[in-house]
Amino acid sequence: MPHYMLAAHTRQEDTAPALTDEEMKASWQRIQRVEADLKSADAWVFSARLHDPDTATVVRVSNGDVLTTDGPFAESKDHLGGFYVIEAADLDAALAWAARVSEAIGNPIEVRPFAGVAWEPGG
Amino acid sequence: MADEARANGAPSPIDPCEVGRIFREESGRSIATLIRRFGDIDVAEDAVQDAFAIALERWPVDGLPPNPGGWVTTTARNRAIDRLRRAARERELLGQASVMGPQPFDRDAPEEVGPVQDDRLRLIFTCCHPALAVEAQVALTLRLLGGLSTSEVASAFLVPEPTMEKRLVRAKHKIRAARVPYRIPEDHELPARLPPVLAVVYLIYNAGLNGRAQSALCGEAIRLATVLAELMPDEGEVAGLLALLLLIEARRAARTAPDGSLVLLADQDRSRWDRGLIAEGHAIVRACLRRNRPGPYQIQAAINAVHADASTFQETDWAQIVALYDQLLAMTPTPVVALNRAVAVGEVAGPAAALALVEDLELDGYHPFHATRADLLWRVGRRAEAGIEFQRAAETAQTEAEREFFGLGGRWGARSP
Repeated sequence: MPHYMLAAHTRQEDTAPALTDEEMKASWQRIQRVEADLKSADAWVFSARLHDPDTATVVRVSNGDVLTTDGPFAESKDHLGGFYVIEAADLDAALAWAARVSEAIGNPIEVRPFAGVAWEPGG
Repeated sequence: MADEARANGAPSPIDPCEVGRIFREESGRSIATLIRRFGDIDVAEDAVQDAFAIALERWPVDGLPPNPGGWVTTTARNRAIDRLRRAARERELLGQASVMGPQPFDRDAPEEVGPVQDDRLRLIFTCCHPALAVEAQVALTLRLLGGLSTSEVASAFLVPEPTMEKRLVRAKHKIRAARVPYRIPEDHELPARLPPVLAVVYLIYNAGLNGRAQSALCGEAIRLATVLAELMPDEGEVAGLLALLLLIEARRAARTAPDGSLVLLADQDRSRWDRGLIAEGHAIVRACLRRNRPGPYQIQAAINAVHADASTFQETDWAQIVALYDQLLAMTPTPVVALNRAVAVGEVAGPAAALALVEDLELDGYHPFHATRADLLWRVGRRAEAGIEFQRAAETAQTEAEREFFGLGGRWGARSP
């Protein structure tokens, strides 16, 4: 079965007012519901949340020298905040899950098909 | 042998142009069938191209086969199997060749019989999948269902051929990589999935209408709409789109003067309207009314049917048209619909009433808005403002004929002596 990444992109200087505790709780409950449904539909592979891009470090090797720079690789207002990896029969099925996740977290979701998935080195 | 067959009533040989025409008509169905069978668009395209080369060689000599569509599909299928067998020395291609839905490819396997689900319907829903950009949807539809070559699609949309080639390759790659499904959406999905299909067909028609060199696209769009209406007889909006296209097509010849300039509805020679197409369109609109499940395409078709009914512009039942626009505006509250409604109101209640409706619309840069506003300003006597607005219409117009028409002051201009 094909794998897809459902990537949640967030905007750094989002001017939207911060969520109240109530809203936060409601959003969290919605997310938990979607995740439970992903699990019971055998679509769940794993999920991850990332720290902000200002915690990122980029490493480059040039002529044997290691160059380390502070900050993300691409300067952008939008950044990857977290993602799900799911299994779905086809793009329509993946888009349907993406719609549910987007509704739960209130952010757009980018759906990307995996070109390959390896569970072992060289797999 | 060939002579004997011919003497026994086989059709006479045909010329290569005719082969091309017939082939184009049949190729969409064959491509659609082969995509389902082999699960890959490129395999299907290559195989049908092979079959075309064989047809070009054989049909002019042997005559048209009794069932050209079946011949194309069978020949292409056999060529695809040959190609895949040759390539299958590396086994993985065999594995890859079933991305969209595995089907065993065995030359001796019986073809599906019985109530055949026409694969063209799957294909158009894949081509017009909302995950693809509109330009890609249009290009794929014309290439795969319309049987147009890449260079024909490119010139129809005034895009360099390599650009169009890239667009098609990218779209096909996305379909394969992201697994855009090859299936007809279920009933509950249709409200979301049908509109882009209808929009693509309408877009193809309008591209033909607005560019003189691309008028073949009008015929192509009508052909697609006809196929859709046959395959989805229960969808009122599909019938509505077909009726709308037929009724606009009926007036197409009359909207251009011999010198290529644009002729507005008010000034068209109505004896040049195609009565056959109007009758066809009317019949569909009546069937839609009986069904009573109106939608935007059906209402636009009804509006065009009212125009077609009037023997002169003045005799048009404008009150009926305003009522239909009220209904359309309630369904699709866009500024463009509001603009068209205002034009109809102008014919019932006068230009001042229409102008008041037009003033607040946010359509700057949309040439019909400037043309309409210019016309109304002229009619209420604000001639200087009308002149400025006509220039704006000319600047924003899409075609040379329209630029010239508005540049000269539209229908109030000094074109005729």
